Order: sequence, then C-alpha cells, then structure tokens
Amino acid sequence: MSRTDIMGRLEILADAAKYDASCASSGTVKRSSKGGKGIGSTEGMGICHAYAPDGRCISLLKILLTNHCVFDCHYCINRKSSNTRRARFTPQEVVDLTLSFYRRNYIEGLFLSSGIVKSSSHTMEQLIEVSRILREEHDFRGYIHLKTIPEADPELVARAGLYADRVSINVELPTVAGLTRLAPDKSAPQIEGAMGTLKTAIVEAKDARKRFRNAPRFAPAGQSTQMIVGADAATDSDIVGRASALYGQFGLRRVYYSAFSPIPDASAVLPLKRPPLMREHRLYQSDWLMRFYGYAPHEVQQAAGADGMLPLDMDPKLAWALQFRADFPVDVNRAPRERLLRVPGLGVRAVNAILAARRQRRLRLDDVGKLTVSLGKVRPFIVAEDWRPVLLTDRADLQSMIAPRRSEQLELFAS
Amino acid sequence: MTARQTLRRPTLHRASLPAADDFEIWRDIARRLIRADMPPECVVWESPADQRADLFASRDAFLPEPPVSAQQPRATRAFLQLAQSAVLHIDPERFSLLYRLLWRLQSNHRLMDDKADEDVRRVEDLARQVRRDIHKMRAFVRFRVVEEPEGERYVAWFEPEHHILRANAAFFVRRFTSMHWSILTPRGSIHWDGEALHEGPPAARTDARSGDPVEALWGKYYSSIFNPARLKVGAMLKEMPRKYWKNMPEAALIPELIAGAQAREARMVDAGAQDFGDRPKSLVEVGDAIVACRRCAIGCNGTSAVMGEGPTDPVLMIVGEQPGDQEELQGRPFVGPAGQVLHAHLSGAGIAAGRAYVTNAVKHFKFVPQGKRRLHQTPTAGEIDTCRWWIESERALLRPRIVLALGASAARSLLGKTVSVQSERGKPRTLDDGSELWIATHPSYLLRLEGDSRVLEERKFINDLRSVAMRLSQLS
Repeated sequence: MSRTDIMGRLEILADAAKYDASCASSGTVKRSSKGGKGIGSTEGMGICHAYAPDGRCISLLKILLTNHCVFDCHYCINRKSSNTRRARFTPQEVVDLTLSFYRRNYIEGLFLSSGIVKSSSHTMEQLIEVSRILREEHDFRGYIHLKTIPEADPELVARAGLYADRVSINVELPTVAGLTRLAPDKSAPQIEGAMGTLKTAIVEAKDARKRFRNAPRFAPAGQSTQMIVGADAATDSDIVGRASALYGQFGLRRVYYSAFSPIPDASAVLPLKRPPLMREHRLYQSDWLMRFYGYAPHEVQQAAGADGMLPLDMDPKLAWALQFRADFPVDVNRAPRERLLRVPGLGVRAVNAILAARRQRRLRLDDVGKLTVSLGKVRPFIVAEDWRPVLLTDRADLQSMIAPRRSEQLELFAS
Repeated sequence: MTARQTLRRPTLHRASLPAADDFEIWRDIARRLIRADMPPECVVWESPADQRADLFASRDAFLPEPPVSAQQPRATRAFLQLAQSAVLHIDPERFSLLYRLLWRLQSNHRLMDDKADEDVRRVEDLARQVRRDIHKMRAFVRFRVVEEPEGERYVAWFEPEHHILRANAAFFVRRFTSMHWSILTPRGSIHWDGEALHEGPPAARTDARSGDPVEALWGKYYSSIFNPARLKVGAMLKEMPRKYWKNMPEAALIPELIAGAQAREARMVDAGAQDFGDRPKSLVEVGDAIVACRRCAIGCNGTSAVMGEGPTDPVLMIVGEQPGDQEELQGRPFVGPAGQVLHAHLSGAGIAAGRAYVTNAVKHFKFVPQGKRRLHQTPTAGEIDTCRWWIESERALLRPRIVLALGASAARSLLGKTVSVQSERGKPRTLDDGSELWIATHPSYLLRLEGDSRVLEERKFINDLRSVAMRLSQLS
C-alpha cells in the first residue's frame, strides 16, 4: 500500500473518531520495555503528547478500524444512511501505524474503535486481532484502549480485556427513551449486559491475581463509557443520576460526556441547536465532585435548578454552596477535611495544604490566600484567625459578587 | 545554633558543585556544612552552568571541617523529595535556598508542613516547575529516524528549560529499551545504544536531521482528530505553550487549522443556515443563549458573552458596539474607559444612567492579541447582522420607547444597513415597533480625539444627549 493511500484513509478514519471524548491513557499497571523484544512503557499516569486547537489532548492514536457501519444511529456520523466517505484499515495497517507513531514518541498507545461490518462478532474479532498482533508479535507494552461492541459474543467482549489496558462500552444516551429513538439498533439491556460481563471478568482477574502471581491481567485500567449530551431531552440531573448508577453498578473508572456535535449530513431527528460546550464542562465538574469531593449524587442534583440543569455561569460546587449557605462559613482552623472540601474555590490540594499547615499554627486569611488560587471565591465561605465573613454569606447579591466572570475553557479529560 | 552576630562580617565559604544537576554532591556538602554549624548567610553556592561572577570570591574560604562529635543533620522525606526536583531548576539561587531550608529544618522539624512559609513555597514552586518541564519533555520529544551503518537511530532535538536531561533519561530507556536513540539539547546530549547510556556534548538543532516521512502521516492524524466545531485555542495554549511548538512537527499546522475552522463557521453564516429557533422568552434566556452562541467567528473566539443590563421596564435603551477588554473581563457592558465617558455625560445631560437599559450590538469581544494586550477590532457587517437576533430579542422583551445607538455599528444593528452617524445624528427615526431611534457617536470616538476636535465633538455628543433627555421628559 502506498503512503498516500494510507494517508487518505487515516484522514477519514481519524476524522470519524474525533467524536469520541476519551483519550485517557492513565490508570493502568506499570510496565517498561526492559527485558523485552518490543517497545513501550506505562507509568500509571498517562502523557498528553500534543493538544489540538479544540483544546483536547492527544495521548493515543484514536482511529476507527472502519467507518462502514450496518447500524443506523441518528447521532452518529458513520450510520448506514449517512453520506460520509468510507474507508477501512486492515489490522496489520493499524499495527504498523501505531508502532511507527509510538517509536517517534508521538503517542502513548492506541484507542481503537470501529463501525460494525458484517456482524458485531466479526468486528469485535478484528479489533482483538489488532491488539493481539501488537502484544504477541511485537511485544508492545504501551497503552491499548479497545472500544468493545456490546452486541458481540460475550466471550469476545471478555477476550478484549486480556490485551487491552482499558475497555469501554458506550451507553450512548442517558435515557432509554433517547436510545430507543436515536439508536434503533442498540438496546439498553444488551449494553448493560456487556458492561456486567466486563465487570465480572475484571473482578475475577483481580481476585485471581491475589492467589496466583502469574494469573493474566485483565483490563487493568478498568472500563469506561461515554454518553452523548444534548441530543435528547435528558436533563443534567438525569445524566448525573445515570452516571452515578453506572459507577456503582459496573465499577466504571470514568464516564465521559460528549456534547452532541453538529455533524455533517445530520439526521433530521436531531435537534438543530447543539448544546453549549459549557454544559459538558459542568457535567465533568459534577463528576469530580462525586469522585473526589465526597458529594452524593443527590447533592449534585440539588445544585441544579428547578429545570434539572446545572447553572452554566458558575461551577456546581459554588451553586451547591449558594443553595446551602447555612453550612457555611467553614472554619479553616477547625473544620474536618470533608467540610473544607465543600468550600468553593478550595481544591483537594489546597485542603491538604491547609490541613498540614494548621498543625503548625492558626491560619490567617492571608495564609489561606497563599494556598489557593482564588481567595475571592473562598473568602465568603470561610472563617480564619483574623477573618469572619458575617455579612458576606447572607448578602443577597453574593452570587453576582463571586460567580466567575470568565467562562472556564478547560476540560477535564484526564482520568 | 550558636550566636555569630558578634562577627563584623562573616567569612564566606564557597561551595562549588561540579555539575548543575547533581543532587548527591549538593547533599554531601550541605550535610558537612550543617555539621560545621555554618549559617546559610555564610555560604556561597556555585555551579559551572550558573556562571556567576562572585565579588567576594577571592576572599572566600574553603569548606570548614566539621567537628567529629557533630550530630548528623536531619532532613524529612518531604524535604528530600522536593530538593531532588528543585535542584534541577535553572535558578542560581536554588542551592542556597535549599540549604537555608535544611538549616531551618534542624530547629523546626515540621517546617515542611507549613505550606504558607515563604521558603517552603518557593522550593515547592521550583520543584513544580521542574516536574512540569520533565513531563513536557516526555510528552513533546519528537524522534526522527536516521539510517546509520549499524541500523536505525531515533534522534530528537529538544530544548528543556531546566537541567532535567540526565534526570529524565531513565524514562526514555524504560520506554524505548530496544531502540537506539539520541536526545540532543543545547546543554548536552544523551545516547542509548540498547545497552548503556552515554553522555555527549551540547548540540545544535541542525544536528537532528529533518525529513522523516512519517511526520506527514502524523500531521494528517493531528489535523483530522481536531474537531473544528469546538475551537478552544486558549485551552490548547495552556497545556502546549508556543515555546515548544518550534520542535513539534504538528505545530506548524495549527495556524492553518484555526483559520480553517473559522472559515467553516463563516461559510455556515453565509449559507444562511442560521436557525435561531423561537424568540427567547426572558432576558435570562437571552443571556444563556448568547453564552452558547457560536454563529460567527467572534462567538467562537473563546471570550465570554456580555449581556445587557438595567431595569426591565426602561424608557431608554442605550446600544453600544461590543464589549471591550474590561467589559469582557467583568461581564458587564460599558464599564471600561468609554463607559466612564458615557456615564459622565449622561449625568451631565440629566439622564439617570440607572434608569436606562445598556447593551451592545455585538455580544462577544472581537480583538487581536498583541503581547499581553487585546486590541479591539471593529466587527464586520456580517457579524453585526448575525448578532441582530439578540438585540432584537432584548428590544422585544423590554419595549423601550427610545433607543439611543452609539456609533455606526450600533446604528447598523438597529437599522439593518450602514448609515452615516454624522448626518443621522440629532434627529429621531421611527423603528418598526414604533419606538424612536436616536443616533450619536460612540464615546470611544471621543477618547481617540485630541485638542479642539475633541472639544467640538464632545459638544455635539452632549447636544445629542440633551435632545434625548428632552424627549424623555416629554414622554414621562
């Protein structure tokens, strides 16, 4: 195959993969290429090798094996009825691309997904074949993330985890009604069934490792999922509820949110307006509140308005604090960790620093200012040695005083 | 600690380090100095890379011999971890800063916990910068294949900010054990032959040959995985600052990708594919919608939208051009220099600013970056027309009796066509909904003038405002 031909197909199959939110390459076991014949290492924390002008990190070679698809999901650019250009790679071509990029230090590994060709099981076999060649024939020790196909034979879905660091199955839409309407070929029970199979396999492999040192590892970076936001009527509150159920039920490492993107040749069923990207960001923030700040799902839902939507102009932690002012101010010199974590503007790092520093002496407002980046936001919610915000917390215009004036542009794609 | 204040000027001891990044040697010397009870102000630290001319060098004494009975100094794990990173920083003060901290640690074992302490913060800051540099090197090194008699060699040119090359070599060994590779930098080079690491002299960028054909494939991947509907240049720059771009082949594509993305948005605008849906039912809805609006290039530039403000039943609506730098930062219209001029003249003319609704024709700030400043740019007719939907929505909700348009852009926004401000000012026009449109210059125009012409234009501006004030008093 000529290089220009490969380039043409790479263009199509990378373009088709750009709607996948995840590019994470962290959370797996430590490996190095020492003592092996091939290349690659993973050190727990992934590395973003470049950033695209859309602000997203490029950590993995994220491509589709093919964008031909027998399914007809309305939100998907690759659906059967879409008028998009089609292409496909052979497993060997994907292997060659991955290795030549990896050797030049462009990537951490491969994120492979595919449209469904012939049958779901056939497609799944092809995906597994790519990772088998990489691992077995080339002794590749970099990161592999496989998007598994829930409709495939459960045996195959489970085999994927033997080669991959992470496996994912997209729940696609936050509600069953949305899924039924927009993805007629997919079924919620099937998706959840496949997630359950993976969870069992992950748990069993972990258990086996405890008994036998050489038991094979199975998806050491766990499983994740992605849902599309804004293509159906689901509110943020619905989405948060769904995500936390998935975390609990299937032990997911991450739930990714992908704001429904206007796609060329869009299906007529889709809304004409795309959701604000900020909505996606607020959902990631709420995800963090649950994973790192000890908020229960219903508490995040309390931060949403009566319409079930998280405010766009402030982060959900601030929104929650404004709703529950009676919980504030929090004394930085006395309060336990859980309560400090509730203070808007105090991140996990700042809270740890406060806890360490206050063992030395009592903290003044000025000290807190040195440990956080946004004292203005923190001030109304804390008590310090020389500071008591008596008036501030009760002021009616508190929100407009401290709500961020500039919209955050960062996205939290690291896992 | 012994009192040494009795000495008039302490003897300076010179601690010379053979390399800029050698933590072990720094630690040995520091231990010896602590055991000799040598206060930080009596030690001058130097290493070859720092090239500091020391004024007192000739009078310096060599390192003191600690008494045999002296106790071993103590350092906490937290200190050692930080020090190992911080010592790689290019700041010539790092050695003395670390020594001062170690000195203070002897009498206060829990000093490292005091994250608000100046020395602790400074060292943490240095360590953080070094860790980031190490991380960015792991991310942004780009190898190119060179054919050599013994086989392929992967060669990279990289410019680290700190002395991290040797400290970072092990990472590349772990990752690329079976490859032969070299990383060349302006301060030295390292080479791996599959068995052992070798250090080499500083190199030049031209020593790393270009022309690896896989770079074109990588560039294609980079451009294809980028979603032009989500342009967020600021987020990209935060993680991938421009200083790294020159050694990353894909970075050459960025300007073209950004320009292309806006062209795609613009094509959508021209194609008339704009569907705004139903009119917003409240000002809050307008506010939310403009935040999300990406229908023109200004809406896509990553700035925050600025909503109008004022009473919900105003008789007067004042329309400016677009938010400026200050307005964008504060999220409120007319709070910058032009806004101050406007407010001064409004009160001069007897118009209560608080009773007027103030807004802009265009809701996002259009600018070109120049260094740290953002220079205002006039919106195009197409951009003003696109944004008309929002100002019309505000008017429909507020139903002001009088609209005062400041400047040509505001006038275009309300009339749908470009008119001359100078010939249209001072006389009202009736808009479709029966309200009166008055046109005046934009106050920023006054700010740009000097001398007599400014006085003249200011007088005209005041007259325009007085006419509006008179109409207001007739209406109320």
